[in-house]
Amino acid sequence: METLLQQTVNGLVVGSVYALIALGYTMVYGILGLINFAHGDVLMVGALVALEAIRLIQLHAPELGLVPTLLAGLAVAVVVCMILGYTIERTAYRRLRNAPRLAPLITAIGVSFLLQTLAMIVWGRNYHTFPQLVSTTPVEPIAGVFITPVQIVILVVSAVLMIGLVLLVNKTRLGRAMRATAENHRVASLMGVDTNKIIAATFVIGSALAAVAGVMYSSNYGIAHYAMGFMPGLKAFTAAVLGGIGNLAGAMLGGIVLGLVESIGAGYIEDMSFGFLNSSYQDIFAFLILGIVLIFRPTGLLGERVADRA
Amino acid sequence: MTTPILQLRDLRIAYGAIEAVKGISLELAAGELVSLIGANGAGKTTTLNAIAGTLGVAGGELLYAGQRIEKLPAHKRLRQGLALVPEGRGIFTRLTVEENLRMGAYCRRDTEAVEADMERIFTMLPRVKERLQQVAGTLSGGEQQMVAIGRALLSRPRLLLLDEPSMGLAPLVVEKIFEVIRTVAAEGVTILLVEQNANLALEFSQRAYVMESGRITLSGSGADLLADPKVRAAYLGEA
Repeated sequence: METLLQQTVNGLVVGSVYALIALGYTMVYGILGLINFAHGDVLMVGALVALEAIRLIQLHAPELGLVPTLLAGLAVAVVVCMILGYTIERTAYRRLRNAPRLAPLITAIGVSFLLQTLAMIVWGRNYHTFPQLVSTTPVEPIAGVFITPVQIVILVVSAVLMIGLVLLVNKTRLGRAMRATAENHRVASLMGVDTNKIIAATFVIGSALAAVAGVMYSSNYGIAHYAMGFMPGLKAFTAAVLGGIGNLAGAMLGGIVLGLVESIGAGYIEDMSFGFLNSSYQDIFAFLILGIVLIFRPTGLLGERVADRA
Repeated sequence: MTTPILQLRDLRIAYGAIEAVKGISLELAAGELVSLIGANGAGKTTTLNAIAGTLGVAGGELLYAGQRIEKLPAHKRLRQGLALVPEGRGIFTRLTVEENLRMGAYCRRDTEAVEADMERIFTMLPRVKERLQQVAGTLSGGEQQMVAIGRALLSRPRLLLLDEPSMGLAPLVVEKIFEVIRTVAAEGVTILLVEQNANLALEFSQRAYVMESGRITLSGSGADLLADPKVRAAYLGEA
């Protein structure tokens, strides 16, 4: 029972990070029909840029407290990733706007390789220790469940960002234009919407979320690495598909569900396989889910759309 | 003589190598209600899309209020007062009716005037007001057409292009929609109407152009064309 509770908490934490990343996938898919496979690498750039910024701050302004240092590093990462997301869309995807769908998809994979290679040139092939500026020492256990301050921060920040994004998309003029453009670019332009700007804004917002997710991910695990974006990127993509790609609520639900299944599965995989597999095989669950969803419910959990009548 | 609000001079529009509109010229004076009729595939919708800017032109000139606008993207044409109600209505089916209408006012900053215009549209289209919070995809075809027209009006157009507003609708609903169009025209908005229902369009408009395989073959006042034996034979189903 305690394992279950503990793994539920862990699952919620990792799941909310997946959810943040999945939002970036699903927003871009919703508006362009493109799986932006470079999204996970934007997360990686966010983590490494934050790491670099934090190192510089600690070198030149060591008197700055831990939290301000982290926030400053995060801010730099967010800004850099927003610019990066804009640049990727502008230079790689925009010119393929009317190309067959396979062309931008392959380009996205190319952008992913490009970002990883550039990061490898800048930061090398080694794993970097990411400074854990928020404590990873568990607070007093509640009902036998350990939770660390950094986990609490991740849960709170993710929740706030997700609520903020939902409000942005559903309540603001920009959000309305995003939804209109997602449904029909041509008609949106007939309403006076500069759809290129809206698409760019979508990339910028998604990249900002990825930057935050990257910093939280690295803060939680204490490492950063040029290829670190691959696995969370793939898992978040799975989460987006699980929830119903193109659907914001679906991405959030998919992320949380995937995190829970993965953590709880990792807690019990040893018992389930009679000791044959251990928790380092936890990635099995994400891809098992992806396979099952694609076979039995390709539209995802919330993917069914309102029927278009008349 | 004042500058026409819209002028097409030998306008040509192509889809790849296939020329759909083969050099047409037409003119609308401010405040006119003009229709463009013709059979399926004559190039009417293509022409409207090119005027609205969602389709590029292959040659010729396109002038709006005396200015060349061929290179202007669609969203900027709307900001100058040129609105299109597209064929098939182009409703955002996943947005609510109110959100659809607000998309029409997307470029406007005069919030108070927008609210006043919304009220005006509600009095003109009471059915729309009843369904404000409904997802637009669940409306009937006629209701969607009204939302599409209301939405276009919220941009305060000077020139309104209407593509087949009667398509797929019951006669009673068509009557209602044409009543709305008449009201809009009476308020001084210039209207270019594309219709397959030639009878209706000719009775309704001051002038009309007849299009046939990418060319304008006839033009004149609605009444003259209605009386023209060639038009009667080709478009009004008379032998």
